[in-house]
Amino acid sequence: MSKIERVEFTKEMKKTHTILIPNMLHMHFQILEELLISEGYKVELLKTKHQNIVNEGVKNVHNDTCYPALLVVGQMIDALKSGAYDLDKVALIITQTGGGCRASNYIHLLRKALRNNGMAHIPVISVNFYGLEKNSGFTFTYRFLIKAIYGIIYGDLLMWISNQCKPYELEAGATDAMDKKWTKKVADSLHSTKFLHIKANYKEILDDYASIARSNEQKVKVGIVGEIYMKYSPLGNNSLEEFLLNEGAEPVVTGLMDFIAYCCENMILDYSLYGINKMNRNFARVVIKYIIHSQRKMIKAIKKHGVFRPMSDFSQISNIASDYISKGVKMGEGWLLTSEMLELIESDVNNIVCCQPFGCLPNHIVAKGMMRKIKDNYPYSNIVAIDYDPGASSINQENRIKLMLSNAKLNMEESK
Amino acid sequence: MTYKIGLDIGSTTIKAVVLNDTNEVVYKSYERHKSRVREMALEKIEELKPIIKDHKFKISLTGSAGLGIANNANLPFVQEVFATTKAVRKYHNDSDVVIELGGEDAKIIFLRGALEERMNSTCAGGTGAFIDQMATLLNVDLAELDSLSQNYTKLYPIASRCGVFAKTDIQPLLNQGAQKENLAASIFQAVVDQTITGLAQGRTIDGNILFLGGPLSFNKGLRDRFIETLKIDESQATLPEMGPYFVALGAAISAESETQDYTYAQLMDALKRAANVKVSHEGLPPLFNNDDEYLEFKERHAKAKVQEVDLASYKGKAYLGVDAGSTTTKIVLLNENHEILYQNYTSNQGNPVDVVQEQLTKIYSINPEIQIAGSGVTGYGEELIRQAFHMDQGEVETISHYTAAKHFEPNVDFIIDIGGQDMKCFKIKDNRIDEIILNEACSSGCGSFIETFANSLGYDIIQFSQMGLMGQHPVDLGSRCTVFMNSSVKQAQKNGATVEDISAGLAISVVKNALYKVIRIADPEDLGQNIVVQGGTFLNDTVLRSFEKELDKPVVRPQISGLMGAFGIALIAQEKSNGTSTILSKEEVENFTHTSKVVNCRLCGNNCSLTINTFGDGKRLIAGNKCERPIKGEANFDIPNVYALKMAKLESYKELSKPGKRGRLGLPMVLNMYENLPFWHTFFTALDFEVIVSDRSSKAIYNKGQHTIPSDTACYPAKLVHGHIVNLLEKDLDAIFYPAMTYNFDEGISDNCFNCPVVAYYPEVIQANMDVKIPFMYPYISVNDKKDFMKKIRRYLKEQGYSISKKEIVEASNLAYAEYENHTNEIESYAREALEYAQKEDLKIICLAGRPYHIDPEINHGIDRLITSLGCAVISEDSVARTVEFEKFQVLNQWTYHARLYQAANYIANIENCELVQLVSFGCGLDSITSDEIHDILHENNKMYTQLKIDEIDNLGAVKIRIRSLLAAMEDREEANE
Repeated sequence: MSKIERVEFTKEMKKTHTILIPNMLHMHFQILEELLISEGYKVELLKTKHQNIVNEGVKNVHNDTCYPALLVVGQMIDALKSGAYDLDKVALIITQTGGGCRASNYIHLLRKALRNNGMAHIPVISVNFYGLEKNSGFTFTYRFLIKAIYGIIYGDLLMWISNQCKPYELEAGATDAMDKKWTKKVADSLHSTKFLHIKANYKEILDDYASIARSNEQKVKVGIVGEIYMKYSPLGNNSLEEFLLNEGAEPVVTGLMDFIAYCCENMILDYSLYGINKMNRNFARVVIKYIIHSQRKMIKAIKKHGVFRPMSDFSQISNIASDYISKGVKMGEGWLLTSEMLELIESDVNNIVCCQPFGCLPNHIVAKGMMRKIKDNYPYSNIVAIDYDPGASSINQENRIKLMLSNAKLNMEESK
Repeated sequence: MTYKIGLDIGSTTIKAVVLNDTNEVVYKSYERHKSRVREMALEKIEELKPIIKDHKFKISLTGSAGLGIANNANLPFVQEVFATTKAVRKYHNDSDVVIELGGEDAKIIFLRGALEERMNSTCAGGTGAFIDQMATLLNVDLAELDSLSQNYTKLYPIASRCGVFAKTDIQPLLNQGAQKENLAASIFQAVVDQTITGLAQGRTIDGNILFLGGPLSFNKGLRDRFIETLKIDESQATLPEMGPYFVALGAAISAESETQDYTYAQLMDALKRAANVKVSHEGLPPLFNNDDEYLEFKERHAKAKVQEVDLASYKGKAYLGVDAGSTTTKIVLLNENHEILYQNYTSNQGNPVDVVQEQLTKIYSINPEIQIAGSGVTGYGEELIRQAFHMDQGEVETISHYTAAKHFEPNVDFIIDIGGQDMKCFKIKDNRIDEIILNEACSSGCGSFIETFANSLGYDIIQFSQMGLMGQHPVDLGSRCTVFMNSSVKQAQKNGATVEDISAGLAISVVKNALYKVIRIADPEDLGQNIVVQGGTFLNDTVLRSFEKELDKPVVRPQISGLMGAFGIALIAQEKSNGTSTILSKEEVENFTHTSKVVNCRLCGNNCSLTINTFGDGKRLIAGNKCERPIKGEANFDIPNVYALKMAKLESYKELSKPGKRGRLGLPMVLNMYENLPFWHTFFTALDFEVIVSDRSSKAIYNKGQHTIPSDTACYPAKLVHGHIVNLLEKDLDAIFYPAMTYNFDEGISDNCFNCPVVAYYPEVIQANMDVKIPFMYPYISVNDKKDFMKKIRRYLKEQGYSISKKEIVEASNLAYAEYENHTNEIESYAREALEYAQKEDLKIICLAGRPYHIDPEINHGIDRLITSLGCAVISEDSVARTVEFEKFQVLNQWTYHARLYQAANYIANIENCELVQLVSFGCGLDSITSDEIHDILHENNKMYTQLKIDEIDNLGAVKIRIRSLLAAMEDREEANE
């Protein structure tokens, strides 16, 4: 096995090094970027989206590795080669989910790519729940975690209501401007304790978005589920949300918090199924409880405000698929993906795009593997699975999505 | 009332339908557009002028290429499947299922019950374009292909995953001399299988079936295959008169609800506007910036040439080299100074024997006195040609190519050969082949691909490649596989790319595919200084130029680039010549005859299909065999084969089953059951169940479950599970037990002990997609902690209605754990004995490293036996994995099966005369991680890395070349060390 020495991100580096963050979710990651700044890190969120990212990915990652890995590694290497950074004063950060999916290996693929490009000295920080790798210069404090949870909750809220405004906005760009304004406001609030004033903040956000002039025409709602990077990242899914908007549909994208809660839930299940990881279980229980509590507050605020459709909290999602798939399926997006599809259908979003990297192993089980059963039980559900890949052409993807949309529109007219 | 026009512009054809006021079809047409989509659309409307000029009309466009035009011209667009459904509901409302095949898309629409419209996923290439490619391969036109198929006598198993894979199966069959009738029908069968596997996804195709689209309309043979495979009655299948135009008809019907009316002039304006829209694709830089660059390029490459000498007047010894490749046969005749007396490069046209006979006749007729003093053959057809014409030498292609390349560049560091279908790369170090890299089925963007593509666009290859040199904005087509390239080309067409740009783009893709996918370079410097490129594909200057541009350095391309294999074997024939050759004489060649027939070998349970070639002199050659048995009558059983021993050991458990009071319990022999059968079999037998194991895997078993597979891109071992479940359901069981195992046994050789997601959770796919009418037990269970296991399994069985005492569980568990340990120890003893034997007998050893389920002959296709037939002992990864210390590495090493691969690689590092060959199932995502790691471990230890990708593909032709190349390189090393 290749012997690559891991370069630790030390305390000293915290002061000197700029940490590059690969992008996945526009609003959330901007908030998280500011969160790290508020904790004293020098960071930069990579907002690049040009073709060279894919080219670098193809060069540096194995042929059959999944597309998200290729894009994440490609985006980092592309940035490092761009000349914009002092290579002795830069670090990288990447998540490691720690499950049986190969996503846990992204970090090693990245290190290998660094080595092959003569940049092995650049430290890579792993963000994971399992203590897989530790760095003295990058630690999670209680305060950090609270901020992170709130940052994500705010991100989920903004994304959720923004998607309810954008398709209907009368003045083009109004929602984008609002997104920009609030992403910055939320991010800035992490520097103080202002982010904790959720009641007032939620109301202000809801009022502000509600002030966007919107038409009341009826549009087809399309849920987006899938492998997490493909689901959220416009770089990965060829700007799917934008495509759906242009086709006259309303994209429905569920929040990132559910995924985190899902990861925690799996720790609990590890104990109940296999008797392992008892310590993690106790920690996970607390986190889930806190997440659900926070989600409910947000939902309550939306309901009270009365303009926008609320989302479901994690407790409503977590057992919805029990007749379909066991919660023992914990690799990749696991049972959460099936649950999300069902939750969408149950809340009358019957049209769904399931985004997956070509050849994604868990998706054979949790996505395509479950579609027949869902279709049997919900004959009017209208799900299309789309594979993404550096070689796949967007025309094929668009054509399949268009078929789903044609049926969605027909169904909407017929139900009138 | 107004006229309605439906225009369906697909990936290869343009279809038009015009309906009049009373919805009668007043016009219909079906033509190939040869990539000129915008021009053709315009021409089509001009052609319609007499019909529509005096009317107001509505129009709707559809099809993958229609989308772009509709956008640019601002015309109404309707998605094609949606349009089809509309037309079917109107004209054929009694249909239950619609099967529509187009140029590149396959669709199934289920109309009864919940409406479902399915299109093939991106990785599924076999449709009209695939049939076109296959016809080209057989050198027949489509009508001939169809009529041939109707006279078949036998169907060959041909991989149905995608077109590229199918081609890999068909090519060697052709080379073995299989009959075209049978191949034609087998090709159609592959399309049928692919459509069903890819699109049925658990729904039964039954009732009234409507066949639509060009391929189904024009090929009766294809319809016959569908009817037979679906087991439906001829009367259930409808082929509407409008079949080929049906989607256009759907578009015309959809046009009715459009609000906008057009006049002829308005429509022409709109389409002209679309035709003039600026090219929106960014494009890559052109290959040449100016004419000077082109001239310099031409001159430089003109230098690498071999002298030609007149054959007719030549007196002296001559040496013949034949390279019987996958699509072409190359022949070279040299004089003693390595100059060329005769050369030929011909497409096999489905029969290499005829080609060689013809060429030899020609050589003898030009110079009847020619004295051939040595002859040799290399390539796919080596055995066949050597036997047929009594040639002296046979050599594996890699060695032939290296010999030839050395002739042009004695200090060559790197050779890359891109042929019709193969890509071979050799790294040379210290004058020997250090590493051999061959393309795998799923990255075969090679020469025949460009050629078929050129043909499908209506150009010959020479014309097409010349056009590429002129491309100003070469299209970026991605670099995964040809199927993906097809759809990228579609995209480029939509964006208005020219044929020049497409040609250049294809060449660049082939090059990028070679460099980044096959060779996997990060830095062009890795290839060394002296690079020789060869193979027919490099005769295409566009490819050559793209290669130099991508590497940013000049390379040597011998002018006989396409003949290098033949040139090399001719040089070898000369070197090894004893002064005369056994090659057939002039008369013998003239009187040469050859017939072939197909039989099934009955010597073992695999029933391989064999092609028996009989030559005029009564000599016979058996091809298609996977072991030596049909040739020698009996295999060499002395050579140790741990794969076979493991398989036999597992099969022996079936004999241990006995009737039990708790009923008949089925265990599917799939995936991790190849590992855990000893455990579960012992456990349940001890609990007084009668344990029934599913039968040995076969294509027939696979086909039984084929229609219930939800994801066609899953690995073949996973897809086989469906068939095994059906097999169990036929066995009158009380229940099936197939546990979901996130974790494996922890063997202390990895950071964690996961199974891969597919192995772990496939039972979920079974329960959600198959109709299992008996209890299907799939507990989430771990066997790592015995105490926890006993508690959980007892609780689970109780929930399932089996009340079993704690004592029984403890006893059964003790037996099961002990048996599992015994089993593992026994497998390790196999490896020890094999190694001892090999050392005593001085045999080479191959560690065939894969997964436990790779011992299934239906999955490995007999690769283990192929290796022993070449005189090497075979050991398995798990038989040695635990014998080396686990060293903790930086890489997250969290899957048990995969950890064994690293362990095995470390183990063989210290074993002399032993190399590792990794078996990788197509679609295995985890092996994209392991293969790089194993490669590195082996290289650090001066071992070679060989990977064999396996899938449904049944043909071992390419595998044999790889293994023989590896053995040749091993011998080479041995000699160098002595």
